[in-house]
Amino acid sequence: MSAKEEILSRITSALRDAPTAEPIPREYRTTSDMPQAELVTLLVDRLEDYKAHVDVVDSAQLSATIAERLKGATSFVVPHGIDEAWLADAMPNGDARRRIDVPGAVLSVTELDNTDAVLTSSAVSIAESGTIVLDGSGDQGRRAISLVPDHHVCVVPMSTIVRLLPEALPRMDITRPLTWISGPSATSDIELERVEGVHGPRQLDVIIVKGL
Amino acid sequence: MSNVFMGMPSLPVFGDGNLHIDEPFPAAAHRELGNTQMRANLRHATHTIRDKRLKVVGELPDWEELRDAGAATKNQVMANLPALLEEFEKNFTARGGIIHWARDADEANRIVSDLIKEQDTDEVVKVKSMATQEIGLNEYLEEQGISAFETDLAELIVQLGHDKPSHILVPAIHKNRTEVRDIFLAEMPNVDPNLTDEPRLLAMAAREHLRRKFLSAKVAVSGANFALADSGTLAVVESEGNGRMCLTLPETLITVMGIEKLLPGKEDLEVFMQLLPRSSTGERMNPYTSLWTGVTEGDGPQNVHLVMLDNGRTAALADKYGRTALNCIRCSACMNVCPVYERTGGHAYGSTYPGPIGAILTPLLTGIKSEENSSLPYASSLCGACYDACPVKINIPEILVHLRGEDVDSKRGENKLPSQMDLMMKGAQWAFSSGKNLGLLEKGLPLGKLAAGRDKKIKRLPGIAAGWTQSRDIPAPPAQSFRDWWKKDHRPAAATTEQEK
Repeated sequence: MSAKEEILSRITSALRDAPTAEPIPREYRTTSDMPQAELVTLLVDRLEDYKAHVDVVDSAQLSATIAERLKGATSFVVPHGIDEAWLADAMPNGDARRRIDVPGAVLSVTELDNTDAVLTSSAVSIAESGTIVLDGSGDQGRRAISLVPDHHVCVVPMSTIVRLLPEALPRMDITRPLTWISGPSATSDIELERVEGVHGPRQLDVIIVKGL
Repeated sequence: MSNVFMGMPSLPVFGDGNLHIDEPFPAAAHRELGNTQMRANLRHATHTIRDKRLKVVGELPDWEELRDAGAATKNQVMANLPALLEEFEKNFTARGGIIHWARDADEANRIVSDLIKEQDTDEVVKVKSMATQEIGLNEYLEEQGISAFETDLAELIVQLGHDKPSHILVPAIHKNRTEVRDIFLAEMPNVDPNLTDEPRLLAMAAREHLRRKFLSAKVAVSGANFALADSGTLAVVESEGNGRMCLTLPETLITVMGIEKLLPGKEDLEVFMQLLPRSSTGERMNPYTSLWTGVTEGDGPQNVHLVMLDNGRTAALADKYGRTALNCIRCSACMNVCPVYERTGGHAYGSTYPGPIGAILTPLLTGIKSEENSSLPYASSLCGACYDACPVKINIPEILVHLRGEDVDSKRGENKLPSQMDLMMKGAQWAFSSGKNLGLLEKGLPLGKLAAGRDKKIKRLPGIAAGWTQSRDIPAPPAQSFRDWWKKDHRPAAATTEQEK
């Protein structure tokens, strides 16, 4: 008997009293009617609690804000599908600082490690827990690019913010590689006190964009 | 093979690995209690996390509804486990993942070791995982000449300190910052000799130490928090980014997961991803959660394996009073609120799984008769704090009592002669079955008074009852029993009045 057959047979034997389970009661909150302005306020509060830096801007200010956030970086990586217009102000003197990660011509891990920052968009955000979801789409890139550089600048279009996790899950394609980010990397392993900044990006800048 | 059970019901097959304790809990606890530094560290840490958990749990108006949904989901999973496992395997495989099944610790270790050797490497990076701790994977790989580098900060502290984990979430909870600094200075190559004990700087030192390993590792080994049957998706919940490093950068990813980790589908994440972070680190959400479904071309590992582990889980499932212990999502809230754990620490439990959940899960996985594991269900005052804190409402006190019963029953079978406990219980049965019998017994009370002597205390009882007087005295019994006093004091009203005259 294969290991699988044997384990399944053990389970069937273990369940020979045919336990019945009650249907799953879903009485918890699954929808919210919080106005968009309050959603933004809630998300900002949660992200700042995690020690992320947050800007809330109109779409007209986006390019300037991105330039400001990337000011200190000697190099930054963007996924191939990022909107070129977002970078207008970040590259006043040509694109020497920018590295583009393109499928089929990706940056090596070493190149990523030698890159100061990364700029991505995001798929959906959950205000109540301060969580931003990346799904590997063209404007977010493969997982490695938002992981290895030490500084992550992440754009959150306001239309992608919901209040509750149960509102966010239907917007996710679960079979894509998903990364849920709630603040910069952190640890509570020493005396259970939270310290920000371990292996993931130590600096997280979030730009929430109205009208996007 | 079909899921319809055809043959004779088989006997439960118990698990092995780092689950057997070689010293009874009371003896181990007695030793650990002598470590006052550890007790101070634990008190500080468990109280910090308790307060944080209460605060973030209190924020949610629907916390109890989430717990109800969580408990019911897990009960559903256990009742439908064969079908869900088949469904998961089909979906995970369809997306390029490879599934292996392991009956026990040994089989799982061999599978992982062979997969690593296929990649021509002798080192792997590891994400914190209870399952690999349980099967003793690191020790096995070392025998095979493979170095496994733990990358979670607390696991790193334990590994560098040649220590054992004492908590499932924060394995180095028994060490304070100064002790951590000392371990780093002694064991970490190229560490800054002026390192202070500031947690932020200690975390930075760990980052420096592991960075090269992450960027060059060919193989990573992980556990999994959840597996979604309807899509074949796996999830790892973490804080530091070491998980993302391991799950993203190496070409080969090997995940080891207990068969009980399944959830039916995506919708269930909305419950469990609210319950887990708030219950474990007391945060609204953990910094990073990674989800992957088999292989994604051009993103992450292209050689993706999953080892599905039994190792006693089917035996626990066969115990209809104990099976809900398998609903555990390893959040550690029960140990953080437990008055016993807070004082003895995790090492006293001798198993990968300490605290209240460990006191039931360990003997359920190994069988109550394994070595000294029968002492674990007694490691509790049955106060019930663990049940209140459990996000999936496992009734730990009830299962503790059930396992104590199993222990007594299993020992009764060992000897042909009745034990002292049997005799005492027989005696109690006789005494409490009729008022007449009890009255007869009460006539012996003055004897007890005599035994207590001048200071009116009985300091030592004979036989197994000596356990009771080991840490307390019994006051001398009164001269008359309550029932005698009642009889004399509550005569018919007329008689009383007569007497008062």
